[in-house]
Amino acid sequence: MSYLINGKTGNWEVVVGLEVHAQVVSNTKLFSGASTEFGAKPNHQVSLIDAAMPGMLPVINKYCVEQAIKTGVGLNATINLYSVFERKNYFYADLPQGYQISQYKHPIVGEGKIELDLEDGVTREIGIERLHMEQDAGKSIHDHDPKRSFIDLNRSGVCLMEIVSKPDIRSPEEAGAFLRKLRAILRYLGTCDGNMEEGSMRADVNVSVRHPGENLRTRVEVKNVNSMRFVMQAIEVEAERQVSVWESGGEVIQETRLFDVNKGKTRAMRKKEFAHDYRYFPDPDLLPLKLEIEYVNSITSTLPELPDEKKARFVKEHGLSSYDANVLVSDKQKAEYFESVMQYTPKQNQRDRDPKVVVNWVTTNLFGALNAVGKDISESKISAEQLGDLLDLVSDDLISGRIAKDVFDIMFETGRDASDIVKEKGLTQITDIGKIEAIVDKVLLENPDQVNQVRGGNNKAIGWFVGQIMQATDGKANPQLVNKVLREKLN
Amino acid sequence: MSELTRLSISEAACHLESKNISSEELTIAHIEEMERCRDLNAFITETPELALQRAKKSDARRSKGENVGAMDGIPIAIKDLFCTDGVLTTAGSHILDGFKPNYESTISQNLRDAGAVMLGKTNLDEFAMGSANVTSYYGPVKNPWVVNDLKDRVPGGSSGGSAVSVAARLSLGAVGTDTGGSIRQPASFCGIVGLKPTYGRCSRWGTVAFASSLDQAGPMTRSVEDAAIMLQAMAGYDPKDSTSARVETPKFNAELVSGVKGMMIGIPEEYTLDSTSEEIRKLWEQGCQWLESAGASCKRVSLPHTEFALPCYYIIAPAEASSNLARYDGVRYGLRVDGDSLDEMYENTRGEGFGAEVRRRIMIGTYVLSAGYYDAYYVKAQKVRALIAKDFEAAFADVDVILTPTAPTAAFPIGDRMGDPITMYLNDVFTVPASVAGLPAISIPAGLDSLGLPLGLHLIGRAFDEVTLLRTAKALENLADFNASPSKVDS
Amino acid sequence: MSLSHDDVEKIAHLARIKIDDAELETLRTELNNIIGWVEQLSKVDTDGIEPMTSVVGTNLGHRNDSVSEVNLSDKILANAPDRVGDFYAVPKVVE
Repeated sequence: MSYLINGKTGNWEVVVGLEVHAQVVSNTKLFSGASTEFGAKPNHQVSLIDAAMPGMLPVINKYCVEQAIKTGVGLNATINLYSVFERKNYFYADLPQGYQISQYKHPIVGEGKIELDLEDGVTREIGIERLHMEQDAGKSIHDHDPKRSFIDLNRSGVCLMEIVSKPDIRSPEEAGAFLRKLRAILRYLGTCDGNMEEGSMRADVNVSVRHPGENLRTRVEVKNVNSMRFVMQAIEVEAERQVSVWESGGEVIQETRLFDVNKGKTRAMRKKEFAHDYRYFPDPDLLPLKLEIEYVNSITSTLPELPDEKKARFVKEHGLSSYDANVLVSDKQKAEYFESVMQYTPKQNQRDRDPKVVVNWVTTNLFGALNAVGKDISESKISAEQLGDLLDLVSDDLISGRIAKDVFDIMFETGRDASDIVKEKGLTQITDIGKIEAIVDKVLLENPDQVNQVRGGNNKAIGWFVGQIMQATDGKANPQLVNKVLREKLN
Repeated sequence: MSELTRLSISEAACHLESKNISSEELTIAHIEEMERCRDLNAFITETPELALQRAKKSDARRSKGENVGAMDGIPIAIKDLFCTDGVLTTAGSHILDGFKPNYESTISQNLRDAGAVMLGKTNLDEFAMGSANVTSYYGPVKNPWVVNDLKDRVPGGSSGGSAVSVAARLSLGAVGTDTGGSIRQPASFCGIVGLKPTYGRCSRWGTVAFASSLDQAGPMTRSVEDAAIMLQAMAGYDPKDSTSARVETPKFNAELVSGVKGMMIGIPEEYTLDSTSEEIRKLWEQGCQWLESAGASCKRVSLPHTEFALPCYYIIAPAEASSNLARYDGVRYGLRVDGDSLDEMYENTRGEGFGAEVRRRIMIGTYVLSAGYYDAYYVKAQKVRALIAKDFEAAFADVDVILTPTAPTAAFPIGDRMGDPITMYLNDVFTVPASVAGLPAISIPAGLDSLGLPLGLHLIGRAFDEVTLLRTAKALENLADFNASPSKVDS
Repeated sequence: MSLSHDDVEKIAHLARIKIDDAELETLRTELNNIIGWVEQLSKVDTDGIEPMTSVVGTNLGHRNDSVSEVNLSDKILANAPDRVGDFYAVPKVVE
């Protein structure tokens, strides 16, 4: 469904491109041997290089290069065998060198694409313009002192990948889907932890609006939006702002704005006296980064299975629906959980676990329960093995599906094994035909009216009897047997 | 004037080896001279206590029969551009007020490891930007060569303090840096040997950067042999400098006494400038004849882009400097001049902290990198740089070494050529081409002008062929037989 | 190309260098002289020539991803003109 803003002058389409800064997972910084670990005391993870002491020189971290290549491959993008680090010159308190080492004219990764799976089952391809490596800046803290800002350089020099999409995104939902898919890919690859709250993934959003079919109009950059929800919100409100500017006869100016979370609005950043002039030039402290094709191939060959491949495999191997497969592969850990439930060694006389049953339990019951308490799959008290055992109890007719749900709830709270709970609470299903016949006889005897109704042709009343019997057995009677016996006795 | 201060490094090393003298005696003799000649203003910081401590340690090593380095116990001076652990490092600038690094540059560390004893940090043009050592915040350095007119003359620059310390016998050798002639031109003005190695031969780590793609450390000594000894201690691949060359370090004195028989010496046609004095032209011809008399052949070569080397240099060097000097911002070290806002603090600090020449070059560099001018100036200069390098490559297909004058004039009085920056820049007209091409080059004292001021001859070698360069220089040194010493020394 | 008064002011601001008004005119003349002089490069035919960014022909060296510098806070803060606790302090920045 297309997203259009209804204006006085007709419909407006929103055109969005994202610039995502993803912090590379590495032990040390891009050009120094200082640690990148999150949460250190201020200025405790700063090398002489990161603090730009006189005479300090950058030496590139090979692993960061590898991570960028992996990400490029994961984005179906061209890996440039020749790339150049340049200096982006500007003054800021948390930029100790007075320049950021970045890639400009020759990025390490060129054009690629990401396939989005939208809610309504539609897929959309979003182009990737480029990916380049750069240093992160430090952090300025403005609220500790009335007259001074404090500078912490722990982040200074951490390796970022700037991933730039083409302006192919047409709605806040697509932007959200793009970020989720990108995050999934980065997490699969292990190149970025994708944690927006800790700032390891940040997005700048380029927004413009136009009447469908028109050329592009002036775009506005909304900076540093630090959650998916805010990205979507920022696009919505900025697009609406632009529509009202255009429609009131004004002109949208090219500028950088900030998204004010509290007000739910974007606002212009304090105006810089002069336009930026970054004076990019190749960093003379570094040489061009030349890669051998064999090296790139060796990295490509070690890549893990990515979401799209995994999804295709789930559909093909396990016969899952595209929707279910999407839900699973959207998160590497979820997909892994599903696969570990599937990948068990069958005990004697056991059948393979039914993927449709497994996916239902995993996505509906487990993910549902986790969502309800705001927990992540990694925090689940039920291990994949335990969930598998629970499902086996059902498929072996040892407990009923209804009982299984109760057992599941206990497992979810306590993390105990299903069989222990079943044993302790005496929840084992009644499959003894004699026992069931006795209960059925008793219930039929107590309810002659209903018996007559059934015999008079009201088949619905059979359901009522099933309910009565299940109630009488605390849900432990095997429903198939109950049905069978009932029908025999009532005929 | 002690006999000890008249020794060469190789002679002193022999005496120390045979225990005729101690490093302590040798060091004290030089400390006394350093203190006696303070009016030359060669040193910004004297470190006599540190020197004595290290001299005693050297003596102890010898008396215990421990391993000693090639320069063990030899007192030297270090240009105040090298960061030295715990010792004030100023780069000749107000902006580094009070800056005491807590790290040691690779070059000064290598020399320490070889046992050399640092006497102090020598004066220089601010951030090595100058050719007369008149831009230092710590005042001009005086050339020890005083002639009949009794005028104080410049020592050349930027390594003026280092040149003077060697010429006036305040140290046995000194370390300089050369970006466009900053070792060779002061060596010529002061009547000593100055060697700029191939770019990449000596690590730049811990050396305050002026122009990263040109800066090279090198030795300043009273003999070619001493230059070889010092370079041996300084040179080598440094993993901390990405532009450091991963090549084997040869024995620099391997062919020192092999002579020049059969060698082909190139005489570049384009080095005959109108501004060059008749005396210097004659000396150049003399140099040619000397080498021929020793069995070499001289051949005219063409370096057609030579005349553009200087303007090319004066785009590239300021561009790099404008960015390299951005880190001096009053936040982490050195001078801070307060202001009401961050930008005001920056502007005040940098306005007061940098001297006129540095400010000029930062401004030029900022301009040539700025939007709209980058291609016309910076990229153009890089293309011309490529042509200059090609000229040399072509010439070195036919010749082993190129002979030119070092500077177009002898040392001039302090205060001269101050009116117009370009007149000052022209001092480096013969030294800059080799810098731009990254080639090794050496200045040898070869004669005196009519006033009695020293003049140098300049040899340029193939990249990483310092062995041949030193061999030719040694032959030229023998033939020129320069044994005059500055009046200051004779007094 | 000749720099105007405004150009010089703009460059000075980009470089964050305070220039007194009195000095600005002299500086403008000097800069224009230097720029005029370096412009002789336009005489050189550089068609088809690749810009030379480095004289070093070798490949970029690299390091392994292991932490080699631990807790240097004292070292990096030792020379700070204004420091509060483990922070550098600067005049307040308004975004």
